[in-house]
Amino acid sequence: MLAALLAGGDPLLSGKIDIGVFLIVCLKTFVTFAVLMVAVLFMVWFERKVISDMQNRIGPNRAGPWGLLQTLADGIKLFFKEDLLPERADRRIYRLAPYLSAVPAFLSFAIVPIGGTVSVFGHQTRMQLADPPVGILFLLAMSSVAVYGVMLAGWSSGSKYPLLGSVRASAQMVSYEAALGLIVATVVLVSGSLYTSDIVASQSGSIVNWHIIRLGVLPFFLFLIAATAELNRPPFDLVEAEQELVGGFHTEYSSIRFALFFLAEFMNTVTMSAVIVTLFLGGPSAPFGIGENIGGFFGDWLLPIFWFVAKLFLFLFTYVWFRATLPRLRYDQLMDLGWKALIPASLAWLLVIAAITIERTYLLIAFPVLLLCAAMLYRSLALGKATVQEEDLHA
Amino acid sequence: MGALDGFKVTFRQMFLPRVTVQYPEEKRPKPDRHHGRHVLNRYEDGMEKCIGCELCAGVCPARCIYVRGADNPPDAPVSPGERFGFVYEINYLRCIHCDLCVEACPTEAITETKLFEFSFTNRQDAIYTKDELLVGDDGKPRHLPWEHWGEGDDDITSQWVRATAPSGSASFTGVVQWSGELGKGITEPELDQTAADEETGEPWWVLSENRGGR
Repeated sequence: MLAALLAGGDPLLSGKIDIGVFLIVCLKTFVTFAVLMVAVLFMVWFERKVISDMQNRIGPNRAGPWGLLQTLADGIKLFFKEDLLPERADRRIYRLAPYLSAVPAFLSFAIVPIGGTVSVFGHQTRMQLADPPVGILFLLAMSSVAVYGVMLAGWSSGSKYPLLGSVRASAQMVSYEAALGLIVATVVLVSGSLYTSDIVASQSGSIVNWHIIRLGVLPFFLFLIAATAELNRPPFDLVEAEQELVGGFHTEYSSIRFALFFLAEFMNTVTMSAVIVTLFLGGPSAPFGIGENIGGFFGDWLLPIFWFVAKLFLFLFTYVWFRATLPRLRYDQLMDLGWKALIPASLAWLLVIAAITIERTYLLIAFPVLLLCAAMLYRSLALGKATVQEEDLHA
Repeated sequence: MGALDGFKVTFRQMFLPRVTVQYPEEKRPKPDRHHGRHVLNRYEDGMEKCIGCELCAGVCPARCIYVRGADNPPDAPVSPGERFGFVYEINYLRCIHCDLCVEACPTEAITETKLFEFSFTNRQDAIYTKDELLVGDDGKPRHLPWEHWGEGDDDITSQWVRATAPSGSASFTGVVQWSGELGKGITEPELDQTAADEETGEPWWVLSENRGGR
């Protein structure tokens, strides 16, 4: 029972679990961890390089070739910095909070399929660390836990500014999680399974099977926006707002604990990009089914990884592009976008997709109803706004 | 696309040339009239130009120059005049590089070089003595241990006074009105200043205004 629960969709754990299987799982864990770490190092470097390109600068170029080792150098420097503990901090929670941020960031990457089923030392296994039955819900669970990291970091600092910062941060993350969840539900509705491997499998074959096309392009963009906000990345980086605040929730942190927050942030960026690839761009599957029948090491290993990394790269670039281009939203604009645009839109799209999934003719009923709902929502928002303005006038 | 135009702009910027100069390796050419640290010049025969008149010390708004003059020893004169700069010190913790000392100097003894990269680590080093300021036997500034400059950086060591007011005359044009310098000879007039009109004797800026057709 437990084995089945843990195993999920992975053929490795469905048979007898011996020492070999255990070692393979350990190996996979190690490799995933190493890959994610290297990806984070690369992402920090990549972001700094691309953003300096976009600002006609050169960017880091001293440590290692093209400045590739800059992140490593920064990390080593942070290790040797003094680890400050504010006098009024809640010691245990203060020390725990960075891990509450970093560990979920790593864990949510575990469910992302990087390739199909491969054979390692005679065992069949999926090229992903875990394929639990809860699948994609695990991602939502982990990003909820990460909110605690932010919340507790600010609260346990024993200082009022981090507290305010963390309140802002957690409000933002909680608001956008709703939209995120609704879009994930839309995807799950079509793929018919929570297993990430099944979500990928349901998109294989051709580019038209990818959920970005199949769901209509809107959910993809909604997800991209909601994910950006969930990651606290620009233009939704009010949490840190480096130019305006000292540092938001992690003001009091220094040394390696501070580094852990940054590690978590960039890990989340990589993970979320990987999740978008999984949910909407068919994960490791090739567009138009190129090279689908090639077997062996090349077809089973290299090709899926290549496609996955190529797609991942696209989103990493997009995030940097966002940062270089868009000005930061004001707090009320952020909340407006989340509650008044993203959540209604994703909810409506969920209903439309649900209607189509059941019976295409339902769309004829669902669509006018949705239009009506949209009109009513718009009217109520306008009314609310007018009332607020009137109150402001009287006040 | 309205709101999305910004994405186009940032993307296009990626392919434009970089404006960053990799400083210690690459250096921008300095303007001719750059105000760097001072030098005390010599005549072509090796005599010091400074006559110890203390006008530079008097005009200095930051009061960073300390000069004491002394009578030239008759058997081994240091400068062609009656007196010479016996003590000459500039405190670079106070100097604001305004160049007023250069303007005040009647013999073009003190000028500013293009050298500015020095990082002394104590106050004693920050006070340049006469020995450190005076050009060497080849007419080049002394390279002090805390200064960072290479070949060619010390090229034009006395440009500013040359261009504006040699011998105090503001209406000079293309006519050399200054003395030669050790190791460099007599510096030519600046290229963009054409000689005065031979017939009327009018300076170059009057000529260029007339040519403009006003």
